[in-house]
Amino acid sequence: MELVVFIFSAAMILIGGLGVVLRSHPVHAALSLVLTLFGVAVIFVSQEAHFLAAVQVIVYAGAIVVLFLFVIMLLGVDRTEDIKTEPFKVQRPLAIIVGVGLIGLVTAAVVTSRDVVATRGAGIAEPEMTDPDSNIRQLSRSVFGDYVVAFELTSVLLVVAVVGTVLLTRKMKSTLKESQ
Amino acid sequence: MSALVAAATPTTTWYLVLAAVLFGIGTVGVLVRRNPLVMFMCIELMLNAVNLSFVALAKRLGDIGGQTTVFFVMVVAAAEVVVGLGIIVSIMRKRPGANVDDISALKG
Repeated sequence: MELVVFIFSAAMILIGGLGVVLRSHPVHAALSLVLTLFGVAVIFVSQEAHFLAAVQVIVYAGAIVVLFLFVIMLLGVDRTEDIKTEPFKVQRPLAIIVGVGLIGLVTAAVVTSRDVVATRGAGIAEPEMTDPDSNIRQLSRSVFGDYVVAFELTSVLLVVAVVGTVLLTRKMKSTLKESQ
Repeated sequence: MSALVAAATPTTTWYLVLAAVLFGIGTVGVLVRRNPLVMFMCIELMLNAVNLSFVALAKRLGDIGGQTTVFFVMVVAAAEVVVGLGIIVSIMRKRPGANVDDISALKG
């Protein structure tokens, strides 16, 4: 059963990922990104990360991709990019060599070290029947216990990001006068 | 038949290799594409690949810290997308239809 889930979600992830890279239309690339994000969410569920799967669907597929589509609409850049043109002749073959080399290196590292990783914690796969909330409970103990300083710092990060973006995209009064 | 199915149960290594392939696809996308929006989407692909490997290792190691890290990665990714799209909007307002080669000079 887990094999079937893995095959389907891996197919979703890889087809979506290739779609993001190969589709020339930005809207099609964004929709391929949604496919990939849903595949990752399915794998999160099968790996006992139920809360993260929900957050993945809500935040990534909901908010971030909608933000992408909104900016595409706002800027009117939904033209098809001419994928055939290539300013630097060597760039594309070099990029493919880098990508394949990266995949090969990481795969070799993972395969050679597959016996090194061993269970050391208490385990996160609680019996789901007895305690359906075990994943959320464990995650919240971790976030609000061990990592509470990092959690507070992310709130600072979000405030800085929001204020910075408002300042970046606002039209200054001086530039408004110039353009008039 | 049941022995075959038992032998083919996906292990953590399968998930890590899948994450590596997704990361490689994202890397090639960042290097090849010229539309800044699509490059941001490829960065999202790479972040998701890392999240995938964190979650797989969290289950394998029995340590919830991996899932906590994914939580923080998601927050940082959201902030990064907001700031990046703000920069792209303010650039595109001045020069409609610019690609990353046109805006490589770092000055207005």
